[in-house]
Amino acid sequence: MVDTLETQHAEKTVYHPVSQDGAIKVATRAVNVLYGDKHAIIDVTADIPDRAVTSLIGPSGCGKSTYLRCINRMNDTIDTARVAGSVTIDGEEVNDRSVDPVLLRARVGMVFQKPNPFPKSIYENVAYGPRIHGLAATPDELDEIVRTSLEKAGLWDEVADRLAQPGTSLSGGQQQRLTIARAIAVNPEVILMDEPCSALDPIATARIEELIDELRENYAIIMVTHSMAQAARVSQMTAFFHLGKLVEYGPTEEIFTNPRDQRTQDYITGRFG
Amino acid sequence: MTEPQRDIRQAVRRRLARRHRAERRFQAYGVAALAAAGLFLVLLLGSIAIQSAPAITQHKLTLPVEITAELADPRGDLSEASLRRGSYNTLIQNALREQFPTVAERAELRELFGLYSGVNAARLLNRVASAPELVGGRVEFTFPISDDADLYLKGVTVRERIQPGLAPIAISAEDTDRWRLVSDTPVFAEILVETRQALSVEAAGLERRRDDAVERAEAARDEDARRAASATAERLDAQLQRLRIQAQPDQALQLGPTTKSVLVQVGDGVYRLTGIGADGASASAQRLIGEVSAGAVSDWRLWTVLTPPTARLISDRQIAWARALSDRGLVENGFNTILFTRADSREPELAGVLGAIIGSVLTMVITMLLAVPVGVGTAIYLEEYAPKNRLTDLIEVNINNLAAVPSIVFGLLGLAVFINLFGMPRSAPLTGGMVLALMTLPTVIISSRAALRAVPPSIREAALGVGASHTQAVFHHVLPMAMPGILTGSIIGLAQALGETAPLLMIGMVAFIADAPALGFGGFTDAATVMPVQIFLWSSGAERAFEARTAAAILVLLAMMLSFNAVAIYLRRRFERRW
Repeated sequence: MVDTLETQHAEKTVYHPVSQDGAIKVATRAVNVLYGDKHAIIDVTADIPDRAVTSLIGPSGCGKSTYLRCINRMNDTIDTARVAGSVTIDGEEVNDRSVDPVLLRARVGMVFQKPNPFPKSIYENVAYGPRIHGLAATPDELDEIVRTSLEKAGLWDEVADRLAQPGTSLSGGQQQRLTIARAIAVNPEVILMDEPCSALDPIATARIEELIDELRENYAIIMVTHSMAQAARVSQMTAFFHLGKLVEYGPTEEIFTNPRDQRTQDYITGRFG
Repeated sequence: MTEPQRDIRQAVRRRLARRHRAERRFQAYGVAALAAAGLFLVLLLGSIAIQSAPAITQHKLTLPVEITAELADPRGDLSEASLRRGSYNTLIQNALREQFPTVAERAELRELFGLYSGVNAARLLNRVASAPELVGGRVEFTFPISDDADLYLKGVTVRERIQPGLAPIAISAEDTDRWRLVSDTPVFAEILVETRQALSVEAAGLERRRDDAVERAEAARDEDARRAASATAERLDAQLQRLRIQAQPDQALQLGPTTKSVLVQVGDGVYRLTGIGADGASASAQRLIGEVSAGAVSDWRLWTVLTPPTARLISDRQIAWARALSDRGLVENGFNTILFTRADSREPELAGVLGAIIGSVLTMVITMLLAVPVGVGTAIYLEEYAPKNRLTDLIEVNINNLAAVPSIVFGLLGLAVFINLFGMPRSAPLTGGMVLALMTLPTVIISSRAALRAVPPSIREAALGVGASHTQAVFHHVLPMAMPGILTGSIIGLAQALGETAPLLMIGMVAFIADAPALGFGGFTDAATVMPVQIFLWSSGAERAFEARTAAAILVLLAMMLSFNAVAIYLRRRFERRW
């Protein structure tokens, strides 16, 4: 079925030359996802660079989140979802049967749209990942991981004296930084963010954007966003999705200043979306 | 404002009043429903509490009992075996005879010994057996008085009136058991008038019934019916004539078992009037209890027992004895500890709910150990792991159907499978608990699944996102969050099982169990009963005293339910996490 679809959608994605300074971290080839009968994404092929922020933009329901969930195989948790095509991280096939999704998700952290800390203490929220993966041999090591993760997420100064309080007692922006700390505590290579700021106020958003910019130095970050301003501010690469297809992909500057596809042009100038 | 805008506003305003009215009406319905529910709850609890009042206290008799060696220790060696062969009931009987030395006739003695239950002798035996040095001495032995005497002393079953004698009376013997009471003033006139009034009311009723019978006889088509009706009419007519003669003011009044009992108390002695002279100043009487006291007395009491002997289970003589024992300070009304420290008994005064409470606790332990882990496990599997296909759909539909199956069907299943096929003990908490677990399982599964489904998916995603396996996500995050709901559902299911009677009927837990099951592992296979079944059994008990005990047992069961629910609320608070 996927083969026939491939021929149906003959029109090809517009690629800008990908900047050569970053190595390719994630590569997807002809990725298709079906939710039951609904063809959510069609033949998405893209190379995502390491140590950079890649934004996925596009109108609601265009398949950006679905594409994001292909990278850490979160679509496995949906009974009706079927995934075809190839996703590789550092050249390793993600969809291979031999790959354990649990191990994969330790390598690919995820931050969700709505801040979703566990209803446990702040410390436990961050310590949970390292603990189930056995990353710390002693309690002191675990304390250290929690501390550095919170520091990297820029939350340490605010919560250092109340680590035992429930994570849900924090403000929305703090909660989202907590979930980022939780994601980086297991030392992933890629961080997926699904509209991480859409539930936050502008000040908290600015804080998270700063954080994302800092994290870029160590991780490949792939972020879904509805805010074109945010994509322009934070990301180095931008991909525009429309109706399940990757329409245009390239360095952010070029997408925003010199889009080659009419649909991209219309979207970023606010004519639809 | 433009014309169309004004029209819209008016239309909205017109509808607005109606919308507000609808809202107020709906709120009023809600308040009315709540008020009605509250009223019925108060009525229910109030009526149960009032009905149970006579069972909360109990009259106990304390008698000095002489432990004579020949009766208590027939072999004379003070050995346990010898003591256990003693006639301890005779000792209690002797102690009671000591109180009323004039009682000699067999029939009268039987009446006297009807004031208590012979079962009490076992307690006296145990006391003496554990302290053989008591043989030959006297002990103060306290035991509950019979249920009929207890209810009489509480004023529940018998209405009576005690007045001081108006004028001195002279008592003289007519023959061996007939006495004559004469006064120079009509001291019995009031009773005469009252009784005659009652008689004429009764006569009016009889007359109506006779006239009905006569009419029936005239209207009857066949010979048999006519003859039966006229026989009834004749019988009623005869009764009516007798009553009319009695009710005539110039006739002496005969008092019998269907009229109220009129007693005259003189010191220790009590006389029962058998007839009152037409003048109201003289009467014939029988001596019920006490010493012969012929002569003139001025200090006497007129004691009218308004409830006629045929309408009560305690005789005039027993009333007189009970009152005499009470006057001597030998009877004390105290908290009914027996109700809470003993198992069931045929004698209401010795019956308690302890056996049923232990039975209920043991049964609930089995039900909980089976239904909760199996039910929650099933719910987790179905909700989190099972593929969604025809088979799981079928299973789900059947679980929902099982929740609606009448509970007695589970009892039949238990009888057929557990008892007949597996040969498990009947009437045992183990079997009962298993049957109730089957009944509770669907409730636990359905509520646990609902609780698991209510956990926001973001929690699952968060756990999976940091690399938790499916099982870790379920057990570390989803299950703890669903715990309050699971606990609430499980406890509702268990509370339902606690109040269940029907399935236990089938497996023989409706039995008279006079011994409480052991509180321990052995208890699970002992014959036992449970609280609702105990209530069911008592509610059909013939003795009047079981009525109050039924209500008291209902209160105990309600208290058990409430404490169950209190535990549920506590656990829910404990496990609840803010989200």
